[in-house]
Amino acid sequence: MQADVKLDTLGYFCPMPIILTSKKIKELVPGQVLEVISDDEGIKKDMPAWCETTGHAMVGMEEEGAADKKVYKAYVKKA
Amino acid sequence: MNATHIEPATALAELKETKPDKVTLVVLSGDMDRVMAALIIATGAAAMGMQVTMFFTFWGLNAIRKENVSSSPKDWLRRAFGWLNKGGASRLPLSRFHFGGLGTTMMKKVMKDNRMPGIPELMETAKDLDVKMIACTTTLGLMGISKDTLIDGIDQLAGVSTYLNEARHGSVNLFI
Repeated sequence: MQADVKLDTLGYFCPMPIILTSKKIKELVPGQVLEVISDDEGIKKDMPAWCETTGHAMVGMEEEGAADKKVYKAYVKKA
Repeated sequence: MNATHIEPATALAELKETKPDKVTLVVLSGDMDRVMAALIIATGAAAMGMQVTMFFTFWGLNAIRKENVSSSPKDWLRRAFGWLNKGGASRLPLSRFHFGGLGTTMMKKVMKDNRMPGIPELMETAKDLDVKMIACTTTLGLMGISKDTLIDGIDQLAGVSTYLNEARHGSVNLFI
């Protein structure tokens, strides 16, 4: 998936990925897509929940890597 | 007569802007793990655009006290109490496995190695995200803590009515 801005949160646990996302999204203009890269499995549920509350659109979630070292890529479209 | 036409969508958007979801947290505990949970909820909620108020009381006040600064209450009982009850965000003990400080030190090391934010970092993040912090005046007095020994950025010194007035509008109200 194509993103306008990337945010690397590798190595950070909850709540940091969400907090960093909420800060980063402010730099985007509506319609742009932010790619959040995380290795915290919680992001799979947390990012859609964050989007639901804040009104931004969850447009994709990708998983990469082996089972014990998974990297998640969440795509959020700014409302 | 001039009738003002209001676009429903804009009006609703403004309403959402002025009345966001509200979260209130009463932090009674001064245990590191509990205060950490409270701060994670607070910062998470603030990141979700919710309005957050933390009300610190009793042992929870230790989280918002400056380090190595002691109040000097006039009576010896509260002064003695102050020697035993040290404050400071980085000095909070674990609720279990504190082991005179050894367990807590080890936990902090594990957290640091895993890039998990500690209490001082979470407090900074909370302030950065405009989490409102209130210190309870009754317990400040009871425990002999003077307000000048609290950290900067405490929004209010208040009591139960202030808390209830906030909680009344809260969709999430927690007691930790």
